[in-house]
Amino acid sequence: MTAPEPPLALLAELTHRCPLQCPYCSNPLELVQRSGELTTDDWRRVIDQAADMGVLQIHFSGGEPTARPDLPDLVRHAADAGLYSNLITSGVLLNRDRLATLDAAGLDHVQLSIQDSETETAERIGGYKGGHRRKLEVAGLVRAAGLPLTVNAVVHRQNLDRLEAMIDLAVALDAARLEVAHVQYYGWALKNRAAFMPTLEQIERATETVDAARARLAGVLVIDYVVPDYYARRPKACMGGWGRRFLNVSPAGKVLPCHAAESLPELDFDSVLDRPLDEIWRQSAAFERFRGTAWMPEPCRSCDQREVDWGGCRCQALALTGDAGNTDPACALSPLHGQVFELARTESASAPPAFVYRRYGNA
Amino acid sequence: MTGRLVIGEDSVPRLPRHCKMRFDKARDRWVILAPERVLMPDDIAVEVLQRCKGGNVATIIDDLAAAFDAPRETIARDVLAMLQDLADKGVVEA
Repeated sequence: MTAPEPPLALLAELTHRCPLQCPYCSNPLELVQRSGELTTDDWRRVIDQAADMGVLQIHFSGGEPTARPDLPDLVRHAADAGLYSNLITSGVLLNRDRLATLDAAGLDHVQLSIQDSETETAERIGGYKGGHRRKLEVAGLVRAAGLPLTVNAVVHRQNLDRLEAMIDLAVALDAARLEVAHVQYYGWALKNRAAFMPTLEQIERATETVDAARARLAGVLVIDYVVPDYYARRPKACMGGWGRRFLNVSPAGKVLPCHAAESLPELDFDSVLDRPLDEIWRQSAAFERFRGTAWMPEPCRSCDQREVDWGGCRCQALALTGDAGNTDPACALSPLHGQVFELARTESASAPPAFVYRRYGNA
Repeated sequence: MTGRLVIGEDSVPRLPRHCKMRFDKARDRWVILAPERVLMPDDIAVEVLQRCKGGNVATIIDDLAAAFDAPRETIARDVLAMLQDLADKGVVEA
């Protein structure tokens, strides 16, 4: 096997601590405690190793990355290493001074999440009173500081009917980009799937809404949007393919091919505390396991799309088929595709159950 | 559609705040870094973008025509098309 290309981006999950409790959180059910987090020096070393191996962008994420008081130090360290830095945040812990400090440290971009366009539902989903209003203020502060802004709206059956209003909100907040992100069902979201699964009719309307908005807002707002897996015909190239474009470092230092990969019990993930990042990327068993196409079963192995979708999502294959090595059932060629579609139909037609909120000890 | 930035010889092009161009040693090439995107500009784009330092497009064209000893008309056509393409992608503002 030839050596893999260096990754383009590092997702640095600084912490699992977060003031919000979104039931669709992409963090694993088993959250890392503060005492288990990497130190500032550990992260500095990771950043240096990432830059040396050819990583170009760093996404500071979590949990809520601004819960770490050393965030400005790490942003500055990344800037000094030549990395393009993006802060993925709920915003609720930010204020004018903290943003000014991050800006001065060399932060390049802010991605702010919203839970809805309406305060009541937004705060019910986030489980954080006053959060929505705080986010709107912070968006204003981000733009006033001259930082470019992307709004990330996670959508599902309980807010999808307000997509138009969320798009208008992104424009009003002077965002240049909007990510309309359907809930992806692993970790906490898998636990809450029946509460979030949209109907097919909602998906069809959402696609029309996005198409119309893209035409209306050309040159004003770029909208990223993809049809969710359960209703798709072809799987997505998860992370651009396993071990091809991205790597993720968890709060405890585990190096993962995607942020949900710890849901795959068959894999052992190496830690930045034990091995250099570059060596883990190139040689670790976990990265080699699903890299490229040699691991694929039929129908993937002989499919002409195998180097387009790279077999889809391993975590989803595990969650829905019981085997991470199976074809992602989001693909219409999977023998289980019909069942998954029906499951989505059935769940979305039933009354949504109460949320299991994402918090320590609640899994 | 309103709002489309049209690049002419009078325009003063620059990379917007959210885009950064730098040399990537690992890949031995220039890259443009933008939110959730990495662009790999070709050699001609690199030559043009390195000259976006506060002068207008006409100056950039003159400079390139001299540097590459090429007809100004040809250079002008290529440069305007390339900058327009980058402006449409949000990678150049003026």
